[in-house]
Amino acid sequence: MARRGWLWFAAPAAVLFIAFWLLPMVGLAIIGAESRNGQSAYLTVLGSEQYWMSLFNTVVLSLAATLATLLLALPVGRFLAWHPQFPGRRVLMSMLTFPLAFPGVVVGFLVILLSGRQGLIANLTQWLPDGPLVFAYGMGGLFLGYLYFSLPRCIGVISAAAEHIDPALLEAARTLGAGAWRRFIDVELPALTPALIGAGAMSFATSMGAFGTAFTLATQIDVLPITIYNEFTNYANIPVAAALSIVLGLVTWAVLYVAHSLAGGGGGAGA
Amino acid sequence: MNHSRIDTRIGSTITLAVAAFLIGPVILSVLAGLTKNYFIGLSSGLTLRWIGEVWALYAETIWRSFAVALATLAICVVTGVPMAWVLTLHRGRLARAMEELLTLPVAVPGLASALALIVSWGTVSGLRGSIWFIVVGHVLSTLPFMVRAAGASMTHADLGTLNEAAATLGAGRIARFLHIVVPNAMPGIVTGALTVLTLSIGEFNLTWLLHTPLTKTLPVGLADAYASARLEIASAYTLVFLLMLIPLLVGLQWLAARGDRRAPAPLPVNQKPQT
Repeated sequence: MARRGWLWFAAPAAVLFIAFWLLPMVGLAIIGAESRNGQSAYLTVLGSEQYWMSLFNTVVLSLAATLATLLLALPVGRFLAWHPQFPGRRVLMSMLTFPLAFPGVVVGFLVILLSGRQGLIANLTQWLPDGPLVFAYGMGGLFLGYLYFSLPRCIGVISAAAEHIDPALLEAARTLGAGAWRRFIDVELPALTPALIGAGAMSFATSMGAFGTAFTLATQIDVLPITIYNEFTNYANIPVAAALSIVLGLVTWAVLYVAHSLAGGGGGAGA
Repeated sequence: MNHSRIDTRIGSTITLAVAAFLIGPVILSVLAGLTKNYFIGLSSGLTLRWIGEVWALYAETIWRSFAVALATLAICVVTGVPMAWVLTLHRGRLARAMEELLTLPVAVPGLASALALIVSWGTVSGLRGSIWFIVVGHVLSTLPFMVRAAGASMTHADLGTLNEAAATLGAGRIARFLHIVVPNAMPGIVTGALTVLTLSIGEFNLTWLLHTPLTKTLPVGLADAYASARLEIASAYTLVFLLMLIPLLVGLQWLAARGDRRAPAPLPVNQKPQT
């Protein structure tokens, strides 16, 4: 086969990947199994209430941010898909996609400008009897941050899917007497489900692993990436940091994989 | 109309609100970086003083980020483009598995990849303290974007026939790759390149663990500034970062808007640059 001769063209990338990612990852998984005080770090992690709490916090917060993101991105995506042309659309699109390129640290800083001690919201709520509203440095700020970086991604995916809905289907439903709400529930929503699952999984996975945002807001927030970081740097507890990283990596990858299978390849898995 | 007026009104209201939520803080940041005293407000006057201070304090991190991004790009091109070509030729199970494997460093949180690198390669002297340690991390997390963008162009250009014709004329593999595959895949390679530069310049999660005090990059400097510098300097620094991103993003938009069907969408939204 002539094609076979090309295979060695894949070698440089394959070697790089195996040497610097695959083998180190296997190494990390093995370190997590090493014993410290007589038991493997995986057992320590699984048996500790503290780490379960951290995982629980991360999952709940990521789920909440994902649901909120989808609820907001759905009407935005639909609106953009149904209105392919109007004055200012390009500017609007740039506004909605610009934040795609922001790293988590910058998102964290923007959340501080919005809801921190000298933030916009604090300025606007100085008249409140309990003092100005400040919620950047905790779960509230993190939620806002997750929302901030998830929205542009989800809007893109959902509006692309909404553009592909056949108007004839909606037309037919209308002729058959279906109202706006029924058409949305029976025609649009099923057509958008794969995109919603894909976008949701992507948003959830990103939130689960988000380190930069949490790091900027507060180093004491009890979410898994921060816990891993603290174990590694402050306590030099490398086996536990390794075990937690493997758990976080597996959970994240599994969510993407399941969503990929459910959405039939339309969404964000494998990405 | 398939969509009622109320539907449109709700849609436009939420869209505007979301746009305000996304851009409002960016405007606040830009203003804070240019205002003499943010706590007094715009009435204190505008100044470029903070930008100057950022330059004095952090210029080194800015140059280093450029260097890291360019080195990352070079390695991504040299390894990723040939890989994309192999994956374009082979559509079998093994090739799909390889493609999936390559995207793992993007799917798995950067913190885990960085820890793995440190555990396995951190003791290699000369590597741990150099910017190459950071470059390696950046290559792993940006390579899938280059492979995917270049591959999309190659599939579209239908290079199989051209490639076979050149082979019958006696052209060797390397000649065919350089003279047929690469020029035809250019739109995808350029899109991939801009994506790689954008992601590398903003990469924080891996870099924070991989850097040393002597190898701080721009996002690492940003984290420092957010933690310790005054708000105006942190904002001015952010402004410098945004100014670096804009040409890259405009380039990506332009490539997509040129209607070049061979060029994939700007910043693949269905992929997941990490935050």
